[in-house]
Amino acid sequence: MSEKILEHIGKGYDRKEAQEKVTGQAVYVHDMEVPGMLYAKVLLSPFAHAEIVSIDYSEAEKLKGVKAVVTGKEACQRVGLYMVDKNIMAGKKVRYQGEIVSAVVAESEAVAEEAVTLIKVEYKELPIVHNLDEALEAKVLVHENLHTYEHMKGVFFPKKDSNIASWNRTKKGDIKKGFEEADFIFEDEFSVPAVAHVPMETHVTIAQADPYSDKIKIWSSAQSPFAVRQLLAKSMGIAKGNVNVIVPYVGGGFGGKAGVHLEPLVSVLSKAVHGLPVKLKMTREEEFNILPTRAGMRARFKTGMTKEGKITAMEVYHDWDSGAYADYGVNVGKTAVYSGAGPYAVPNIELHSRTIYTNKVFSTAYRGFGHLETHWAVERHMDIMAQKLNIDPYELRMKNLLRPGDTTISGELIYPTTGDPVACLNAVKNELKWTGRKSQEDRKREMETGKVRGQGFAMLQKAPAMPSYTSTSAIMQMDEDGHVKVMLGAVDFGQGANTIMAQVAAEELRVPMKDVEVVWNVETDKHPYDWNTVASKYTFMGGNAVRKAARNMVQQMKEVAGQVLRCHTDELTHGDGYIYHVHQTHRRISYVKLSMGYAYENGNGIGGPLISHGVYMASGLSNPDPETGQGRPGLVWTFGAHGVDLEVDVETGEVNILKIVSAFDIGKVINKKLVDGQVYGGIVQGVGSALIEGYKFDGEAKLLNPYFGDNRIPSSKDIPDEVKAIYIEEPKTAQVDGPYGARGIGEHPMISVPSAIGNALYEALEINFHRLPLTPENVALAIDKHYNNDESK
Amino acid sequence: MCSTAKNKGNCVEYTDSGLPKIAIGFEVNGDRFEKHVDPTMTLLQLLHNELKLFGTKEGCGEGECGACSVILNGKAVNSCLVLAAEADDATILTVEGLGQGNELSILQQEFIKYDALQCGFCTPGMLMSARSLLDRQPNPSDEEIKEAIAGNFCRCTGYVPIIEAIRSAATREREALI
Repeated sequence: MSEKILEHIGKGYDRKEAQEKVTGQAVYVHDMEVPGMLYAKVLLSPFAHAEIVSIDYSEAEKLKGVKAVVTGKEACQRVGLYMVDKNIMAGKKVRYQGEIVSAVVAESEAVAEEAVTLIKVEYKELPIVHNLDEALEAKVLVHENLHTYEHMKGVFFPKKDSNIASWNRTKKGDIKKGFEEADFIFEDEFSVPAVAHVPMETHVTIAQADPYSDKIKIWSSAQSPFAVRQLLAKSMGIAKGNVNVIVPYVGGGFGGKAGVHLEPLVSVLSKAVHGLPVKLKMTREEEFNILPTRAGMRARFKTGMTKEGKITAMEVYHDWDSGAYADYGVNVGKTAVYSGAGPYAVPNIELHSRTIYTNKVFSTAYRGFGHLETHWAVERHMDIMAQKLNIDPYELRMKNLLRPGDTTISGELIYPTTGDPVACLNAVKNELKWTGRKSQEDRKREMETGKVRGQGFAMLQKAPAMPSYTSTSAIMQMDEDGHVKVMLGAVDFGQGANTIMAQVAAEELRVPMKDVEVVWNVETDKHPYDWNTVASKYTFMGGNAVRKAARNMVQQMKEVAGQVLRCHTDELTHGDGYIYHVHQTHRRISYVKLSMGYAYENGNGIGGPLISHGVYMASGLSNPDPETGQGRPGLVWTFGAHGVDLEVDVETGEVNILKIVSAFDIGKVINKKLVDGQVYGGIVQGVGSALIEGYKFDGEAKLLNPYFGDNRIPSSKDIPDEVKAIYIEEPKTAQVDGPYGARGIGEHPMISVPSAIGNALYEALEINFHRLPLTPENVALAIDKHYNNDESK
Repeated sequence: MCSTAKNKGNCVEYTDSGLPKIAIGFEVNGDRFEKHVDPTMTLLQLLHNELKLFGTKEGCGEGECGACSVILNGKAVNSCLVLAAEADDATILTVEGLGQGNELSILQQEFIKYDALQCGFCTPGMLMSARSLLDRQPNPSDEEIKEAIAGNFCRCTGYVPIIEAIRSAATREREALI
């Protein structure tokens, strides 16, 4: 039988909820008011590391309109998923400037805000752990009792009397032998600062905690309602069924709204006011200062190479500055164990990924989940080695890229259907028209004009980082008129999950898109389970679940239709709203007649309402071996490459990106319009990390730039002049167990954008940058140092 | 943002400074309103708290992100930086007033067609800045489009589809006039 033509998959449908969003009808938690609602404001620690000696809130309590004041004494519950290292509110000590030490609930935000200023806290300052080096010295401990903390055993490895929340390792082959086989050994060090997620809707939660029972109702701007339910229930010591988490429209997440954030605190605040609903909304400054970031990171690479350019061995240290807490951070660190050396075949490797505590705002998941950081290092390192070996950077990558039959650094075998990084690099090279390094004469001539062009490229890879047993589910129900409602546990916060899932359902049921509705406002009491809306996993996992649910619904219809039409279900097919005989197509029954069960003319009924479900559980994954990191953590890999053509102003250091070309082995594009949106958005977010963004701290580890004025994101004037996206849709390398061959793409466009820009800057200037961001100031200073002050040049 | 003035008598309003209220009359999306507002109240708070028009969003409260953009007397402004009292006698257009009757405006239609939105939180402000541009320049260049929305942050889309949508809306609006 020939391949069926797909009717809905691959079509660029408008997103389902677009009309509500362009008319101002879409309701976000920011906009919500619940009857009887009170407002909360929080007091932040001015110190990065201090004991809390006393808190006097008597004046605050007296203010008219104040309903309750809560401190760490009352809000003393622990919270955490991977590494339970945090209290809901600071207890005996504060570990970063910005940590919440007290909260006020009042009739209005204004009163709560005023009351917060009346709280007097006496602190005893402690020595501060400013950075990775101080943390590794361990003279000062951020967490004294680290070794006693609850954590996922065998997966994370906290070290007693240290600041290391987890030390994860990869050991493959024999690096001693590998380095002996090398003709050259190259060493480099790279770093990135902490970066903010900056969802346009700041974190906000409304909680209503029934004083007469354990029941808690939450409305939250969250990515993962089921993770909120699990972690909140665990913190509060109640059954999960007592927690109902409702997520309406969410104004952006980027990983910053994964896991649990304000929800446990606001639940405690609601308890303190006898169960009245309480709303806590972060100001933009609080969003920067209180809530977690992408971790800063330092990477050190030592690589053995043959003179022909084949990697023989690598020794790598990835050290993550996770700030004061590392609950999610340890899992970001873990990804390096299987992905921290890029999409290359490395026969001998020893890799250490250490998630480290310091006294700064803490870290969590962020789009790319560690990969932008590790790939900044790997892909710059590859380029620098190519320079030193005098090999074209394209050729050096081609010599080392993973191919079918190779194994990854964690021992995963690459199949043809794992994807094709070579195809991605070739597509980018061709589109960029890369012909090799610029000559010295050309560079010199350009320098004299004040503007120099440069091209560069970089590879990327990522698989979802998630527990090996992650699962998702979907429920589907047909209305009397043949319309289908789909219930999912994932949140569509703009990535387009609900539109994609509607396309999958419509494809399998062979109905028009308008007949499928994905039910919005995920509510854990009603919607089926999904682990977390993170990791670019939902098109793959959710798509498989919805596909199974739809196929099950078709099968149910066939079973009833087979009785009525007096034939075996095998002889039936479906389409155009009918179940019909494959040959005698007039023998048919409409979906409408089957939707609530079939009624014969004499009144007899058979079947029943059409409700189906589908589940998908990650298959064949295992935890990395604690000593060697060997295992199978990657459910579905997406490979890609970026190429950049840029121009740098030699005087001002300003970088103008003329073109970015990006290729991804996505397997199958389900909705090009939505995929393009992920790519454009991811690339520009990557440009932000490359050129603009980053946290700055003063000598007291106080955050210096918690506002847009000095910590902004790219605007419309910062975008590349041209963006060209290329999608590899080769059936031979598509994801054979994915929906129609599709893989995830949500995070990938952001990864390696800084690397490609850094490599293009070398091509333009012959300067190797090792740190982000590449602001005009940093670039201009480097140019000045390289061309004016350095006499040896 | 909130008042620091003491008002221990009756502090139940979001922005009640205790100062004498100011009477203002204004028009929003074609509807006429008369209100007594606190002198410290912002236009954004007026829209949210008094008129319950939540389409206009607050992204930073400091005039940096543009999520709260509305059109005040023909000009796009950050409503978090304008005092409600300044809206006396003003004509205001918000996202809720963009559609004509029960039909989406051309600009809204093009935002959907080009997928110029993802999470949707910046969208109302982005639409208002675009509307203001097209009102003063029906045939904008790409540079003019980028300039017009430079004060509206979007973290999701990378701006490319937004620029395409505005360009296409300009063309369609000009054609509609012929």
